[in-house]
Amino acid sequence: MASVTYDHVTKQFGNVTAVNDLNLEIKDKEFLVLVGPSGCGKSTALRLLAGLEEITSGNIYIGEHLVNDVPPKDRDIAMVFQSYALYPHMNVYDNMAFGLRLRKTAKPEIDRRVKEAAEILGISPLLDRKPRQLSGGQRQRVALGRAIVREPKVFLMDEPLSNLDAKLRVQTRAELSKLHQRLETTFIYVTHDQTEAMTMGTRIAVLKDGLLQQLDTPQNLYDHPLNIFVAGFIGSPAMNFFPARLLGEDSQVYLQADSFRLKVPAERAGKLVNYRGQEMIFGIRPEDIHDRALASSVSQDAVVKAQVEVTELMGSEVFLYLSTGKQNFTARVEPRTSARPGKPVELVFNMERMHLFDPNTEERID
Amino acid sequence: MKLGSRWLPWLFIGPALFLVGGYLVYPTLNTIYLSFFEVPFGPRPEVFVWLENYEYAFTNNQMLIAFRNNLLWLVLFTLLTVSLGLILAVLLDRVRYEALAKSIIFLPMAISFVGAGVIWKFVYAFRPAGQPQIGLLNALLGLSSPQFQPEAWLIDKGTNNFALIAVGVWIWTGFCLVILSAAYKGIPRELLEAARVDGANEWQVFRKIIIPAMSSTIAVVATTMVINVLKIFDIVYVMTSGDFDTEVIANRMYKEMFLLRDFGQASAIAVILLLAIVPVMLVNIRRFQEQEATR
Repeated sequence: MASVTYDHVTKQFGNVTAVNDLNLEIKDKEFLVLVGPSGCGKSTALRLLAGLEEITSGNIYIGEHLVNDVPPKDRDIAMVFQSYALYPHMNVYDNMAFGLRLRKTAKPEIDRRVKEAAEILGISPLLDRKPRQLSGGQRQRVALGRAIVREPKVFLMDEPLSNLDAKLRVQTRAELSKLHQRLETTFIYVTHDQTEAMTMGTRIAVLKDGLLQQLDTPQNLYDHPLNIFVAGFIGSPAMNFFPARLLGEDSQVYLQADSFRLKVPAERAGKLVNYRGQEMIFGIRPEDIHDRALASSVSQDAVVKAQVEVTELMGSEVFLYLSTGKQNFTARVEPRTSARPGKPVELVFNMERMHLFDPNTEERID
Repeated sequence: MKLGSRWLPWLFIGPALFLVGGYLVYPTLNTIYLSFFEVPFGPRPEVFVWLENYEYAFTNNQMLIAFRNNLLWLVLFTLLTVSLGLILAVLLDRVRYEALAKSIIFLPMAISFVGAGVIWKFVYAFRPAGQPQIGLLNALLGLSSPQFQPEAWLIDKGTNNFALIAVGVWIWTGFCLVILSAAYKGIPRELLEAARVDGANEWQVFRKIIIPAMSSTIAVVATTMVINVLKIFDIVYVMTSGDFDTEVIANRMYKEMFLLRDFGQASAIAVILLLAIVPVMLVNIRRFQEQEATR
């Protein structure tokens, strides 16, 4: 149990800057997710905290202690690797007991902790097996168990679910959240999968090219992305973006895209006075676009005509892949929709939930 | 077609069968046969002597020295080549000029053992105190300490066997290094990192993770070295020819055969050497089969 602080941390590999001036304060008992596309520096950030890479500049603190020069073995952290990294010549019990034996923990205590962790993870019958005799899911549990028995200050996880099949991944996601509640320890979790980030994180740090883009709760990240990258990265299917120009005066403000015009709600329009006449990027999430035929109240100012390219039935909803003018976009509508591929459709945009970004800085405009 | 299908396999296997039979099986059987005879040089008939040759082999003073030395070689040579190879493989992985260092250490493998023997004979060369030392070792030691008395490395019975073994180690460490280094690089890095995070220091990572992970390769390299060392001949032949208590079994066999012309005696020694190597070969073959089976 401890907080973790990244204070202006930079890591360079030759000329490549993997982590660029990272500042993060991770609270005690928090489940922090580091998310971003591959190569964004999230794994490096985690490995810096584990002590597996040396910091180029900046400081990392675990609790109050500066750990820059502390070797991994003395940092009191546990790490779960993507490949699980189980010791192939040891059985499950020895794999889990390894760290405790190195710390000269008393035998009965080792036995108690290993059996307890095995109980929690449901791997008690497997304690005598060698890693090669286990399935992927079982190995993943052993790797978790090896971390749990250590009772470390901080848990580090580097894409621990990415080698599991889709169903097991969803199941384990929930179990990890449960485990976090039960252990009441700081978790730092690295993933490229925004769904994992959204479902498990207390807070999420979005990274791109070694730079922290936004650090916030999942809900805030989803509702108020600070820039185009975060807006496009969080949420599936991704947010739609259209170049548009802000037109009109007073309370009658419109967004003029190349093939449609939408009215900006009055309460948003007021704040946009300074942007009149300017180009901007208009963003809207697929679930904020509805089939006009099924919408309850329709304002004429929010209707867009589009061509349906492809439909994907997900069961509880339908993804429509659409085009208007030269723009492609996605909508997430009710399965009752009559939209069919190759046919035109009328859609309603929920402008209350629109997002606007500056096309030059790519930052959010409110 | 019927004729062809019956004879065709023999056509393919024939040359190999002939070569193995004529050059391996027959000589082996003939050697075993001869080891029970006194084979005179010249036209006189062979005399069956039952185990006399073996009795000689196990009681003759030079043979006993050879057995002792072979044991010394077996333990020291194998231990040093394998452990040096292992340590260098792990350490060199961490330096930038790894490829260069590995090439240099491997280089002696490219020299013939006779050539290596000649080189090291110069290194160990001895001149009485007061004369200029042309031997590198004596010269260096003389430079580093003025009180140093030149040492006759290859004649002094306290040092000569170790001096010879050092040459063997110099030649073979590179081979062990290259094989073990490949095995070391096959260990996933995350495994070592997991152990470090788990609380292991570098020595514990080496002892508890690296060595177990490489155990099958280490065993193969070690048995290969054992087979090598049991047959050790060239270095001893070139540098001391087995004098001053540096005799080894293979050199003794050579002497009995080509200097003393005692075919029966030489055959008995050959059979003893064969019997010593067979169990190690069996271990190696079994291990190889196990590896193939788990592939």
